[in-house]
Amino acid sequence: MSHHDEMTRRGLLKGAAGVALLAGIGAPAIVRAQTDAIRIGHLTPRTGFLGPLGEYGVMAIDLAVEEVNAAGGVMGRKIELIKEDSVNPQTASTKAERMFERDNVACILGEISSASCLTIAQVAQRNKKIFINTGGNSDALRGGDCKKYMFHVEAQNSMYVKSVGRSFLRDGLVQGKSWYSLTADYAFGHDLLKVAKRFMEGNGGKFAGDDLVPTDATDFSSYLLKIRNAKPDLVVLNLAGNQITNFLKQYAEFGLKFPVGGFGFDTALAWAAGKGNFVGTWPVVWHHLIDTPSSKAFVAAFTKKYGKPPENQAWGDYMALKIMAQSMNELKTLDQTKIVEHLEKGAKFDILKPRQGYFRPQDHQLMQEMYAITALPADQIKNQWDIFTSSPPVPGPNESLEVIASTQDEATCNFGS
Amino acid sequence: MSTMLFAQQILNGLLDGVYYLLIALGLSLIFSLGGIVNLAHGAFYAVGAYLTLVISPYIGFGGSLVIAPIGVALLGILIERFLFRRFYRSDPILSLLLTFGLAMVAEQGLRMIFGAPPLSYSIPSWLRGQVFIGDFVYSFYRTVLLGIAAVCVLSLWFLLQKTAFGRVVRAGVQNPDMVGALGISLEPYMAAVAAIGIGLAGLAGVLLAPIYSVHPAMGADIITPAFVVVVIGGLGSFWGVVVAALLVGVVKGVMIAIGYSAASTAAIYLLMLIVLLVRPRGLFGERITRFE
Repeated sequence: MSHHDEMTRRGLLKGAAGVALLAGIGAPAIVRAQTDAIRIGHLTPRTGFLGPLGEYGVMAIDLAVEEVNAAGGVMGRKIELIKEDSVNPQTASTKAERMFERDNVACILGEISSASCLTIAQVAQRNKKIFINTGGNSDALRGGDCKKYMFHVEAQNSMYVKSVGRSFLRDGLVQGKSWYSLTADYAFGHDLLKVAKRFMEGNGGKFAGDDLVPTDATDFSSYLLKIRNAKPDLVVLNLAGNQITNFLKQYAEFGLKFPVGGFGFDTALAWAAGKGNFVGTWPVVWHHLIDTPSSKAFVAAFTKKYGKPPENQAWGDYMALKIMAQSMNELKTLDQTKIVEHLEKGAKFDILKPRQGYFRPQDHQLMQEMYAITALPADQIKNQWDIFTSSPPVPGPNESLEVIASTQDEATCNFGS
Repeated sequence: MSTMLFAQQILNGLLDGVYYLLIALGLSLIFSLGGIVNLAHGAFYAVGAYLTLVISPYIGFGGSLVIAPIGVALLGILIERFLFRRFYRSDPILSLLLTFGLAMVAEQGLRMIFGAPPLSYSIPSWLRGQVFIGDFVYSFYRTVLLGIAAVCVLSLWFLLQKTAFGRVVRAGVQNPDMVGALGISLEPYMAAVAAIGIGLAGLAGVLLAPIYSVHPAMGADIITPAFVVVVIGGLGSFWGVVVAALLVGVVKGVMIAIGYSAASTAAIYLLMLIVLLVRPRGLFGERITRFE
């Protein structure tokens, strides 16, 4: 007689499968009724490998709402955020649906995963409500998958590649050189690799090697051995989230010295890798050392509230809310179709950078300056946050903001018409 | 690709497998003896890593290497005493839900205390550097890590196979009712096994904090491969788990070496599928009557 009759090997397997299922559910949102407030949905990954970035987005949008409400709200009404963990593309779609239908949100902001951006945008399009993408980089979202009701505060992959590409060109790491790339094996990575290859081909370089990395990989030792053997002129990372941190820590551990760079980056990853491990040159859409009055005010307010400086994902969600609130206030309407028209007409916004930003009408990408940051040597680092130096804004002051964005040939958007 | 590089990849894969080993051994022990599928096992790994970040500024990495696993093991004893113990005799789905909930609580707890962004932690300066064996380069830190892991595995084997404690535990795995009939209470053994298994997860957390990203969900990242290792190795088999861990590491390494890196994770699950088809009890799984 035994008390364990039920637990079989099959039980163990079922258990493991159950975990996978349960993990997709995530935590439910708690919605408080506040009748006259304007509800805005915020969906972003708060768990999984993009979770740490998503958390910065959450902190920043909370701050933005506080500031907007303190300044009188939107048309005299307070903004109320409905925030949820988007988890994965399927869950994101379900939650977006529920936000529009049950919570009656005016629009949805957020997201980091390009795959989830697409599913949220499809729901937004059906509901004729705006979705502002604050963290999905894929060019396809601005090309074949573009939507009339989707706008992009986050820069597209082309902008990342072309802005940091200038640094690589300047440092002689492109023409006649060979690169070894590691690419995250999902939509974002594939898209980035495609753009990077186009850049290399256009500038006379080649790839010594190019590996796809599963998104759950944590150990890079096998890749490091291959890279060491290939002796590339530059190691290029098209990775995302914690993978970059893991890679940088292990790259330093194995003592490899090839120059490192990448086409997608978030400053939180540099901070997590830390002094001595963080190396290379990387593109960012914004960073906390940008010297404009509005940027400094944002950094100060964020640091005061959370005890640490904001990273670039914080900028994205903060900007999206500010842009939405400003547009609603200027137009004195919540009518999303009117706001789409307003944004398409080239409304300008202070986006915490020297030049103002605007959404270009053909694909709804925010035209803006980008930055390339370079790791400081360990002996020049004074604190745990200021561990890099920045290039001047790209493009330069006399160039059109559109020179770094995708051309019509590279990504064609026709808004499904 | 040169034979030399391929040989390096196999060697590296073997070493890579060892990281799963510390987690998988504890998982296998707790399941074999208590029938509890401990989904919170990864959480203890994360707690070990965070504990290291907190205490190493005071007692150094060397000190953390001793203190953090002991701290996590004590936590394991508490959880065994107040939670696991209530579920040994109930429907296994309940303990599954319990440990799943525990894993979520732990992850959210870490998130609330330390924040969601990954925290920085580096290899202490005295353990940095590389080891060269011919053309093969390896990190000095990982060499030390392997040494520690090997000592743990051998000690555990000795404890289970060569001591009176081990004999009772092994008998308890095979037939707890007979052990009870002989007048031996399994309760203190259960507590000890939980402490050892969970302490090993904590140790893995300390050892991997310098080279992996330290973030609240790090436990969820490692638990699935560790489960795969346990299933491939076979329940109740100590060396089965060891062999499976190394095998998983090699399969992953070889897939990357031959240019199918995208399938390196999928290959592990395929390996599990094949092993289960050919040997439903896993590679070296013993026939345990109560689990059949």
